[in-house]
Amino acid sequence: MEPQARILEVLQRVTGKQITPGVDESLFASGLLDSFALTDFVCGLEEEFGATIPDSDLSARKFDTISKVEAYLASKS
Amino acid sequence: MSYLRAFGSSVPLRRVGNQEIAQLLNVTPNWIFDVSGIEERHYAAQEDTVISIGLLAAQDCLQKAGITAADLGMILVASGSSDRFCPGPASKIAAGLGLDTTPALDLPITSAGALVGLTLAAQLAPSVGRVLVIGAEIMSRCIALTPEEKNTAILFGDGAGAALVDANSGFARIQDSCLFTDGNSSEILFMRNEQFHMDGAAVILHASRKMPRAINLLLSRNQIEANAVEAFLLHQANLNLITRVAAAVKAPQEKFFTNISRYGNTSSASLLIAADEWFASQTAALSGPIVFAAFGSGLTWGALLATPY
Repeated sequence: MEPQARILEVLQRVTGKQITPGVDESLFASGLLDSFALTDFVCGLEEEFGATIPDSDLSARKFDTISKVEAYLASKS
Repeated sequence: MSYLRAFGSSVPLRRVGNQEIAQLLNVTPNWIFDVSGIEERHYAAQEDTVISIGLLAAQDCLQKAGITAADLGMILVASGSSDRFCPGPASKIAAGLGLDTTPALDLPITSAGALVGLTLAAQLAPSVGRVLVIGAEIMSRCIALTPEEKNTAILFGDGAGAALVDANSGFARIQDSCLFTDGNSSEILFMRNEQFHMDGAAVILHASRKMPRAINLLLSRNQIEANAVEAFLLHQANLNLITRVAAAVKAPQEKFFTNISRYGNTSSASLLIAADEWFASQTAALSGPIVFAAFGSGLTWGALLATPY
């Protein structure tokens, strides 16, 4: 499965919403993520991609769109 | 060795329910409760100051401990919302207690300040004597009740709490503590020009990871299972955050004392107001460890472990 599809799967799982946002659509503005769902999303990404996201990267801006998340995870791999 | 001996608190009389602020923020009372667990908070009257409400909490704590201010070796006052930065409220609170030589120091650290105070007091008490730790905040003057600031405005209330740390006796022995600061993300939570600024999503993200880590560190190095802890007393930031911390440390939610529904987030005061109410509700002697934890500006966070004595 492609990274974007895996990111979307994590997003839908942690939010419980079967919504498919555009890759550059703000996940906050679209109502998919809020403060607490973001925490679950980050944890879900760590599990799905086997990555450790350091505290220094805990910024909402890094996880605001699917394409930003994809770029961030690519930079970590 | 240092001991927790007594707590005290004071909150302004005026209760402000969600209904009162919802219209100003263009939200519903139910939305406020759903995202925060808060039903009401207390707002200070015009004549109240951080000093005046801190003094009331201090007097309440001293009265419960059965000592006088003259018996204190030091006073530590945590506040991020004091109307004067330097000197902060500590010296005036000490003067209000009738003291003119006892060292009184300010800890301008929102939210985590009381935990920092307790941790320092535990280290200092054996050399300076009894240390009175106070957290006092009037956050209602540092927030904007506007729709743009709704995510912050719904949370905060005013109040003060106090704790007495004694070198010789108390109901619990302070066994261990840990404090951490990471200034790399300090811009997500700060006070400037008496206005409070918070990136809520980032704060929750950091706090929901850092607080459980601090708690687990203390439990691990003291070989204590989370289930064996009698009570977790956390900074009352948001009920949903406390629920997440409980899940992360794998302890039952009911072990986490909460009073945020009635006071909101009173920043540095919340930990000690919660401790005072929790202690007052105890009908039997402490039988297990208690864990304090907080997260606040700096970023500063940590935990403190106390065991029955």
